[in-house]
Amino acid sequence: MNQLIFPLKRGIHLPERKSISLQSPIIESKLPPQLFLPITQPHYEKAKVLVSVGDYVRQGQLLVKGNGLSGINIHSPSDGIISAIGPHPIANASQLPEITLTIDTLPSDKATFCQLDESLETLKSEHCFSPMDWRRATPAELIVRASECGLVGLGGAGFPTARKLQAALQDVHTLIINAAECEPYITADHALLLEHAEQVIRGIEILLEILPQAECLIGIEENKNEAIEVLHRALLNAENSRIALRIIPTLYPSGAEKQLIYILTGQEVRSGKLTIESGYLCHNVGTAFALQQAVESGKALTHRIVTVTGDAVSKPNNYRVAFGTPVEFLLNQAGVNLTKLSTLIHGGPLMGLEVTSHMVPVTSISNCFIAGTIEEFPPNPPARPCIRCSYCADVCPAGLLPQQLYWFSRSQEQDKARAHHLFDCIECGACAYVCPSHIPLVHYYRAAKADIRVADEKQQMANHSKERFEFHQQRLALEKQQEESRRAERARLASEHKKTSSDTRNDAQALIAAALARVKEKKEITNKQKNKDKD
Amino acid sequence: MIIDLLIPVILMLLVAISCGSLLGYAVKAFKTDENPLEDQINDLLPQTQCGQCGHPGCRPYAKAIAEGGPINRCPPGGEATISALAALLNVAFEPLDAEHGVEDIRRVAYIHEEECIGCTKCIQACPVDAILGAAKFMHTVIVQECTGCDLCIEPCPVDCIDMIPAKDELQRWNWQLPESLIITSDRRQQICQ
Repeated sequence: MNQLIFPLKRGIHLPERKSISLQSPIIESKLPPQLFLPITQPHYEKAKVLVSVGDYVRQGQLLVKGNGLSGINIHSPSDGIISAIGPHPIANASQLPEITLTIDTLPSDKATFCQLDESLETLKSEHCFSPMDWRRATPAELIVRASECGLVGLGGAGFPTARKLQAALQDVHTLIINAAECEPYITADHALLLEHAEQVIRGIEILLEILPQAECLIGIEENKNEAIEVLHRALLNAENSRIALRIIPTLYPSGAEKQLIYILTGQEVRSGKLTIESGYLCHNVGTAFALQQAVESGKALTHRIVTVTGDAVSKPNNYRVAFGTPVEFLLNQAGVNLTKLSTLIHGGPLMGLEVTSHMVPVTSISNCFIAGTIEEFPPNPPARPCIRCSYCADVCPAGLLPQQLYWFSRSQEQDKARAHHLFDCIECGACAYVCPSHIPLVHYYRAAKADIRVADEKQQMANHSKERFEFHQQRLALEKQQEESRRAERARLASEHKKTSSDTRNDAQALIAAALARVKEKKEITNKQKNKDKD
Repeated sequence: MIIDLLIPVILMLLVAISCGSLLGYAVKAFKTDENPLEDQINDLLPQTQCGQCGHPGCRPYAKAIAEGGPINRCPPGGEATISALAALLNVAFEPLDAEHGVEDIRRVAYIHEEECIGCTKCIQACPVDAILGAAKFMHTVIVQECTGCDLCIEPCPVDCIDMIPAKDELQRWNWQLPESLIITSDRRQQICQ
């Protein structure tokens, strides 16, 4: 089974600290009194909020409609009342608040619910989708279902699943299912596999139904023995010859998308190319499970499994949590000791972010919350100068030169940083972890990347504006020319008119003259006759 | 004897004439009407056509720079443009001339539609055709095309155009470089404090 593995050449071995949150099965989290649902969309796409303050909402009701396949639909995880729509802290690097729907939850007991408002009867559970027979459904139907149910990647990036599948329809030959979960502390995927391996495999079968030409490889790190066993059994039952399980060595960061592809296939994704463009589609096991739930049970994505761990909680475990649950509520369930708590981390210890507000809600990308004590996460010693030891280059899984990138980022030589493939950096933090000078390397790379992106955007805008300005000038010149030719035409017409009118005037004068001449002639004749008569 | 002397002279003369006529032809045939440096400079300018530099548009300013004018008069381009120009022209970086404006976040025009009387004056002023409307019909700004040049503000007879940030605070936020390293002795002092 374990043939054809291409071990990662560079990476780091970390203390795992995974067993502390794997003591008991997944616990169903209680429903908090208030849920906070940020309306975040990928790349700041526009989305439509369908509810307003004071509205009653049912579990599974669509609250925010995303923009087609590239947007994210957000559903209500619980019955309740929308009590506010406004800024609320979320887990992001900027610490800036995001527009968030606040739902005052109601006990899901229907009787209480109906007493509150009779009109609620009309709001029956029409918000559920009907189960689908995926073996008969077309790929397009399945993708639409994924979009309707608001499916996003649960691995960490939170990219809309439907959009990814749509892009993968043409030329993806390998489906990679990521069960590596290589970062310390996190066990959410591991716990999911232990309890729902069959559903995960069915989710993978649905994915293969959408991609009929693809083969599937599941990558899992060898330290997850129980999960591997369960997966083996589930695979034997499923008897799908297109799915293969590959056990990979434990090394951080083997769960990174491009690194995992290399480990499983020996192929490197070209620099600057998307994995899909190279024929690989990566999905997390959590996403496969969510897809199975959406298709077979018609459930929208409103819950996920979150690891709550760290030395400051007494009951570290995996919880099944409704989106929008504030982390404070979750920590209290896990028995947090607030006096011991010093650092609260959203995500893993290397790639995660420290959160300052305890009201930060669980979102689709929240795989883990670590409540760390001061011994666990001592404050960073001050950074010392780089001594060019090159430890960072020895561990960089992307094969970059972190030291060079550091110098270029620091001196803001963005062209050189780009030439040294800064954008291939996956920000895994291995370099900063081994740095004996404690330089926050990843922070430098992020700043440099942001700088380059802003400059690129500006240049694009300038090019675009230039094009439009030139077109504008051309248009003005053309209009002027047309106006000129029209005026010339008018002038010609006017002069012609003048000429003809002067002709007619001459005619009239001639007529008058002729009439006068006639009168004169007549007079002369009469005069002559008179004279004759006189004679 | 004289022939021996004449042959090289005639040969050299022939070579000189042919080379000269070739050059003369090349000057005519490959003549460029525009200064290529001006084009290169123009490509670096932000193309807002705002006129804050004192020139009636980006190309006139590019021409002025190509003729040796100051490179630090473009507020929309800011320091990034100045350093790009400095690199292109091989001159020293100068900070932005505050007389011509200060660097600001990107803003776009916003027409208060209930106040708009449909006079089309802003449409005529827009250098990139980013305003949509017709006489006696409400106008609106195509946000993606607006360069934030301010040129539509002045012609508006009812002052219904405002410049608003193109992105909100969350979209604008970016990672900044960590505070730079301080030398060891300084750090010890800082820790003591």
